Amino acid sequence: MKFLVCISKVPDTTSKIAFTDGDTKFDENGIQFIVNPYDEWYALVRALELKESLGGSVTIITVGGQADEPVMRKALAIGADEAVRIDAEAKDPGYIATQIASYAKDKDFDIVFCGKETIMYNNAQVPAAVAEYLDVPFISLATKLDLNGNTATIERDAQGGVEVVELQTPFVLSAAKGMAEQRIPNMKGIMAARTKPLNVVPAFDAAETTQVVSYETPSGKAECKYIDPENMDELVSLLHNQAKVI
Amino acid sequence: MAKTDLFKAPDYYQIDDLLTDEQKLVRDAARAWVKKEVSPIIEEYYEKAEFPKQLIKGLGEIGAFGPYIPAKYGGAELDQISYGLIMQELERADSGLRSTASVQSSLVMYPIWKYGSEEQRIKYLPKLATGEFMGCFGLTEPDHGSNPGGMTTNIKDQGDHYLLNGAKMWISNAPFADVAVVWAKNEQGRIKGVLVDKGMDGFSAPEMHGKWSLRASSTGELIFDNVKIPKENILPGRDGLGAPLSCLDSARYGISWGAIGAAMDCYDSALRYSKERIQFDKPIAAFQLTQKKLAEMITEITKSQLLALRLGQLKNQDKATSAQISMAKRNNIEFALKIAREARQIHGAMGISNEYPMMRHMMNLESVVTYEGTHDIHLLITGMDVTGIAAFNG
Repeated sequence: MKFLVCISKVPDTTSKIAFTDGDTKFDENGIQFIVNPYDEWYALVRALELKESLGGSVTIITVGGQADEPVMRKALAIGADEAVRIDAEAKDPGYIATQIASYAKDKDFDIVFCGKETIMYNNAQVPAAVAEYLDVPFISLATKLDLNGNTATIERDAQGGVEVVELQTPFVLSAAKGMAEQRIPNMKGIMAARTKPLNVVPAFDAAETTQVVSYETPSGKAECKYIDPENMDELVSLLHNQAKVI
Repeated sequence: MAKTDLFKAPDYYQIDDLLTDEQKLVRDAARAWVKKEVSPIIEEYYEKAEFPKQLIKGLGEIGAFGPYIPAKYGGAELDQISYGLIMQELERADSGLRSTASVQSSLVMYPIWKYGSEEQRIKYLPKLATGEFMGCFGLTEPDHGSNPGGMTTNIKDQGDHYLLNGAKMWISNAPFADVAVVWAKNEQGRIKGVLVDKGMDGFSAPEMHGKWSLRASSTGELIFDNVKIPKENILPGRDGLGAPLSCLDSARYGISWGAIGAAMDCYDSALRYSKERIQFDKPIAAFQLTQKKLAEMITEITKSQLLALRLGQLKNQDKATSAQISMAKRNNIEFALKIAREARQIHGAMGISNEYPMMRHMMNLESVVTYEGTHDIHLLITGMDVTGIAAFNG
């Protein structure tokens, strides 16, 4: 089985977020980057588990510059066999998906794994777009994946419950919490990652489909007001006149 | 219930920018392992004064045992800064855990690698690297601490073997060690390294109890009563006091990083607590005396980081002197201990409980400031280095 896992770099969750270029671009200065947890903990680890039980290979792919290579080395240290970096600035989701699909289209991957979204932009569009461009089925929010030959049984989060689907490879899935458990790279993996291939591929022709007009950070939390439990009139008045929710 | 480990490492001078990607990967893996495996259980094991043996395998996996040893002997061939960073992360959890790794790496694997025969290296090092074998180091004696040259433990040549007699004290890992690297004098008064295997007749390693420090580490005595030592168990590569002292150099270097970990943990806890704890209608972080404490803490942590990093660069170039290592060990422990005490004060009464790590770190650091050369002896080493006059002998 050949598995492709899409990896994004995202800021560490404790980073201070700021913007540049007239609030149209995320300011990466001084930011510590990590592998997007949905990509690492669930997509990558489940792909590795399947490789370990069924044989095959796990390739990770990233669209980005050289600054993305440390997170790719981490994915290699966790156990991926090889890495591919498409040398292009990760623009909008359509652009990124075009890059990944263009690379993957003649490589016969059985499953393309993605995290359900990046914790950075929360677009959650890349996996579906990759499936569309590869013309294969797409399963979103997968929490469990079993393979029997070419038949996959997948559990996915549905509103208030679980949906179980069955389909044939090849397909694209987006992995959610529950799919696998985080693996910490061990020393053997870190040593092996030194010599695993990290191939840089030139960008494919693709157009940006959207332009960011501006980013804003959330406004600060308003001060908490305590109302005496006996004073319902004041509570109702504040909810009506100030918060304007009733 | 186990607490969530909210630790966030301070990096005031962007020292991360000076680390390689692999050094950061190694450190972050150790940090993640500590958060997952150690933080939830350490207070419990500290309280019951027990070494968490179930962590040994994981310590091997993250490369805590002999990370700079060549791969052919089971090591990871990492550089000295990576070794230091692993020690930092382990001591961020607990000095006892770091002590276990320091002993295994610098005091057991290092001498076997540097001074052992090829047969000894192949026999011991790969198993020590994974934790399948644990080791300990016997230098200190009941009557000879700062003056190890006065040791009375001895070996006598019996023709086809040696007889080992004597006792060692305050030995980390002793009660469960599979092999002890023991330093003993021969008939000519020359100090030799001896590999003593668990189970040899006349060898025992009783655990020492009643410690108020390093409680999550196992400490024991080594007692040798006419232990028959095969001649192939002598380290052939080096003898004299310089041999064990070179091991201590390696361990002290790791400790200089480890102390930063303990200090970071105390500072991190104090910073978070001071922003959450409200007194007089504002967080105590808003008070000048709290800010003074926090400012001094982060300053000393940053200075310690720079000292350790530069020392690591020198170690990587094989240029670090014993005196330079001594300075970093002394300085970084001294300030880690002060930071633990100040951080405890910021936590007020809560600071004495095991809800927070400062008291544990503080008690641990009372050992660390004493072992591997006391604070005072390290001052005298620097004194000797700058004046050219040894003050050890009064």
